[in-house]
Amino acid sequence: MGKRVALTGNEAAALAMKQINPDVVAAYPITPQTDIVQYFSSFVHDGKVKTEFVTVESEHSAMSATIGASAAGARAMTATSSQGLALMWEMLYIASSYRLPIVMPVVNRALSGPINIHCDHSDTMGARDSGWIQLYSESAQEAYDNLIQAVRIAEHPDVRLPVMVCFDGFITSHGLENLEILEDSEVSEFIGEFEPEYSLLDPEHPVTFGPLALQNYYFEFKRQQADAMTKVAAVVRRVGMEFEKVSGRHYELFEEYRLGDAEMAMVVANSTAGTAKEVVDELRAQGKKVGLLKIRMFRPFPKEEIAAALSSKQIVAVLDRADTYSTMGGPIYNEVRSALYDEKLRPLTMSYIYGLGGRDVGLDDIRKVFSDMEASRTAGKVSEPINYLGVHE
Amino acid sequence: MIGRAWKEIPRGAVIPEPGNAHHYQTGDWRSFRPIWLKDRCIQCLRCWIMCPDSAIITEDGKVVGIDYSHCKGCGICANECPAKVDAIKMIKEDEADDFDKIASSIPDSGSVGEVNRTEPKTGLRADEGHRRSGANAGAVGREA
Repeated sequence: MGKRVALTGNEAAALAMKQINPDVVAAYPITPQTDIVQYFSSFVHDGKVKTEFVTVESEHSAMSATIGASAAGARAMTATSSQGLALMWEMLYIASSYRLPIVMPVVNRALSGPINIHCDHSDTMGARDSGWIQLYSESAQEAYDNLIQAVRIAEHPDVRLPVMVCFDGFITSHGLENLEILEDSEVSEFIGEFEPEYSLLDPEHPVTFGPLALQNYYFEFKRQQADAMTKVAAVVRRVGMEFEKVSGRHYELFEEYRLGDAEMAMVVANSTAGTAKEVVDELRAQGKKVGLLKIRMFRPFPKEEIAAALSSKQIVAVLDRADTYSTMGGPIYNEVRSALYDEKLRPLTMSYIYGLGGRDVGLDDIRKVFSDMEASRTAGKVSEPINYLGVHE
Repeated sequence: MIGRAWKEIPRGAVIPEPGNAHHYQTGDWRSFRPIWLKDRCIQCLRCWIMCPDSAIITEDGKVVGIDYSHCKGCGICANECPAKVDAIKMIKEDEADDFDKIASSIPDSGSVGEVNRTEPKTGLRADEGHRRSGANAGAVGREA
């Protein structure tokens, strides 16, 4: 078993990258970057990793260089946040369509404008349909664990897709946390050697990456991507079970917290789950049947499992730290609501947009959601399905 | 056109076979077809040198026809053919099959019927359509 250390989320992510010891890391250090790559560059400087560190001129180039390295057969990583992810957008689709198993920590921060660098999920939620697997992390511990598992998930022969490991800006990324880490040898043994399916640097088997595929075959490659996504959940589960043997920590597609017999359920991703658990405990102590479903794997969306976990509830409130501006609520809300549609028993549902641009979310905010749920449940209908939690009214 | 199924093509649109440009048949891009007039041809091979698609078919150092599976109809061959010789005519694709009409319209056209009449298949070859032409196609796509 590993040892306990005090690290920020960014330090934990950088440490995971050090232990993964990728062949190539390409990064660009400008706001809004994180200090993940800063810490990592010191590992490179001090000879702690064998990584080729490529200093590029933008986030677009960082993802491009990572794609090139991965296509060349390297285990390649980068890290980003907020506008940096937005600038990578074009290349995100290239990475997933080339089926390159890139792993990238993303520190969730707002997208401008107005200009803002604080926590929300607008960045990765915007990239939710880019063909990347997305894992969300409540804590530095989960960010660290998810990064190590992500390597195995991405590189699994059934999958071969890039993975974003998302965790909250500042709250998790800069908050100091006591977490348990694995030994370097345990990590290298767990992830194993990367065996690329194709390599641009294999002269015995020359290949072309990035061809033109027009009306005649583009669709077929997209169909392959969609099919690969259907294989991901089983791999995430299997890797989670193997990781538990090494770490003692248990990972599923999502976490159920006092959810089994709950009548009112909250769904939330990342650090706010910690706040919500406090309130769930408090309300449980008062005899209220409340529970929490914490999103871990958002892409692909585990629709059957989530529907099974929530369909028997009387009411479900889904908290989103991002808006879709569709007038239909937040992104997780839409997926949860859609997943429930085919169930015979469907709970009432409510959407709460919260914490945009780093707006603090406290116990009182979570209490308010549960109290709203209780009112709607009693009334037997939801009068206000789309809500903005903690905004100045 | 029915192509190969999505389960059967290489993952990630990787092209695992090098030197495959001849599989990509670009003949259906053509709107004008070069007609080679054998009796006029002086075998200077300018067309063969200048063709960007290696679509001038030669045997034993002599032009024997045009590879319509790859010829895009750019007309460079007709342009490069010496003016006094004028052995390549560009004919609109939708009129190019009427060889009698072509023959009667070109004085001394002689053996117009002997030009290579190889026709491109419509669209890409089903099993090769995912591949991309990265280099000049060799004149290996000649089909009887």
